[in-house]
Amino acid sequence: MTEFVAPEIDWLALAPLIVVLGAGVVGVLLEAFVPAKARRMTQIVLTLAALAGGLAFVVVLWPQIVAQPVQVVGGSVTLTPFALGAQGIIAALAFLGVLVVADRTATGQDSFAPTASAVPGTSYEDLARRSGLEQTEIYPLLLFATGGMMLFASTDDLIVMFIALEVLSLPLYVLCATARRRRLLSQEAAAKYFLLGAFASALFIFGVALIYGFAGTVRLLEIAMAMRQGGLPLEGMTGLLVAGVLLVTVGLLFKVGAVPFHAWTPDVYTGAPTPITGFMAACTKAAAVAALVEVLYRISIGLGGASPEALRQLQIVVVVVAVLTMVVGTAVGSVQTDVKRLLAYSSIAHAGFLLVGIAGFNLQAQSSTLFYLLAYGIATIGAFAVVTLVRERRVTAGSGEDNGPVADDGIVLGEATEIAQWAGLGRKAPWLTAAFALFLLSMAGIPLTAGFIAKFGAFTGAVSGGLWWLAVLGVLASVVAVAFYLRLLVVMVFQPAPADSGVEPVETTPGVEPVETTPVVEPVETGVSTTTTATMARAQVAAPQRVVVTVVRSRGPAALAIVVCAIATVILGVFPSPVLGLVEQASKFVP
Amino acid sequence: MDITNYVVLAAALFAIGATTVLLRRNAIVVFMGVELMLNATNLAFVTFARMHGDVTGQVLAFFVMVVAAAEVVVGLAIIVTIFRTRRSASVDDVNLLRG
Repeated sequence: MTEFVAPEIDWLALAPLIVVLGAGVVGVLLEAFVPAKARRMTQIVLTLAALAGGLAFVVVLWPQIVAQPVQVVGGSVTLTPFALGAQGIIAALAFLGVLVVADRTATGQDSFAPTASAVPGTSYEDLARRSGLEQTEIYPLLLFATGGMMLFASTDDLIVMFIALEVLSLPLYVLCATARRRRLLSQEAAAKYFLLGAFASALFIFGVALIYGFAGTVRLLEIAMAMRQGGLPLEGMTGLLVAGVLLVTVGLLFKVGAVPFHAWTPDVYTGAPTPITGFMAACTKAAAVAALVEVLYRISIGLGGASPEALRQLQIVVVVVAVLTMVVGTAVGSVQTDVKRLLAYSSIAHAGFLLVGIAGFNLQAQSSTLFYLLAYGIATIGAFAVVTLVRERRVTAGSGEDNGPVADDGIVLGEATEIAQWAGLGRKAPWLTAAFALFLLSMAGIPLTAGFIAKFGAFTGAVSGGLWWLAVLGVLASVVAVAFYLRLLVVMVFQPAPADSGVEPVETTPGVEPVETTPVVEPVETGVSTTTTATMARAQVAAPQRVVVTVVRSRGPAALAIVVCAIATVILGVFPSPVLGLVEQASKFVP
Repeated sequence: MDITNYVVLAAALFAIGATTVLLRRNAIVVFMGVELMLNATNLAFVTFARMHGDVTGQVLAFFVMVVAAAEVVVGLAIIVTIFRTRRSASVDDVNLLRG
């Protein structure tokens, strides 16, 4: 028997991960020990502190890692400047995302069901709602997901990557199913996300198995080195490797939301609770793109030496996916009538722009994806935070004006996500509209916003990789994308608020939220489209009521998130050089 | 017997699982397809481990089993919640989100 040698572990290098995942575990314990009244506040403080702590450790580690990247536990965590940068971005975006999640708005209700497991429309659900139950487990789940994302972006070991993929996905599947309103849509989104996500992970892990079969190891760097030097057990069977790399890439592209693996994106983004959508759109994309860049880069080192032909084929795959993603994202996005769905297609289009930068297989360009992820993530979280505040309110027909905060007579319902409902928002809430406009302009890539610098970086990457035509296509796709962002802006700022049409009898009992089961989308020309149909069988038919669009006040956190996102978007657009300098330092993928 | 036969078997099982996911309509059956894909992966892992003569592949199979178990927990919870609401586990009935 050989003696057991304890591995040497650089705990400091693991600190960002340990803080976030450890706080998740502590959060689960808090559920058991903290009294119900104090639980929510405790969880929020713990979650925000953990994410800030993780970010602080990233900052502390930065100079050391830039000077000398480290491999911890034999490469299970490979902390290169790129990986550390991705960890920092994910922690920062998750912090902003949690702020939006934590906001209860002036209505005193957050976006999550009192008990997500209760069957919608039952007396049990009523009881849970009346007794003010809250599902505070969402905060530990958010921490686990964030921890998984941070690990996903910073490992060299494909098995660790697979486990990180599951650690980030499983909490997200659950979170998707927890919406307070439109619960059937929410559960449906969770089921779709879960089934397609599990399918993608299965493809990923089979790819890992094939790569293991070819190389006898699952460490990307070892595989790359071995391919260069030759002498692998199955030297001739490059087909095994190519199939494996393709399957792994497909698994990652699914998480990125690239066409043709995007089918889940619009449905899940629409059905999930809006704060979760923002978190998911920003952070998951950051993690998945960072992991994709690392895998492709390390594999390309090996393939470049062993079989340049296979590398070229891999590049063609990435280019084709990039083109399809941009075209489908912008084309289908421009005919959407729902704000959340529009933002979902915008996220698909952005996956395409990111892939344009990656497709060049150029070192500098790949690190510029970090800047893109930051710029896109900030704008996305901000935009979804705005969506959480624009609500439908049911008022008795003939009652007073609906400008200003929540009136006594109106019950605030779910979010008003039809684009037509956003007409006239510029008058009702000028600041909120301005912030939303800023986020949209940044996503569109208008100069003086972060999005412009980001897109410039991505397209420069493609050009320096010799793919100038792809960059031209990217610019054309951005122009189309600008059109659909502007369409939303025009509706918000220039169209008058919908007239008082759409009077309809609605069954309701005051003080009880209706449970929406079958969304009925009315023709848009009435100006007010309702997606609410109450199904409370025992409810009385009240006086004729109508649904108006209102802006609820934030209780602070979401407003803070929106302000921070707006300021960051402008600063990154006007003075990008400090951040670009950091990103340049991060262009180092190999320890 | 030639050991590569096991790799072929693993690939065949994986393909059957993937076809199940893509063609069947019942969420539970779709989910079983995913499980079949994961188990085919396990078979591939242990076969390759035997070919290379190292145990890494066998250890990896354990990791995959654990992940599959965790996936069952979350997946069945979601499917059962939907079933209790709608009395149906068909993925065709779950069609409110489209466009």
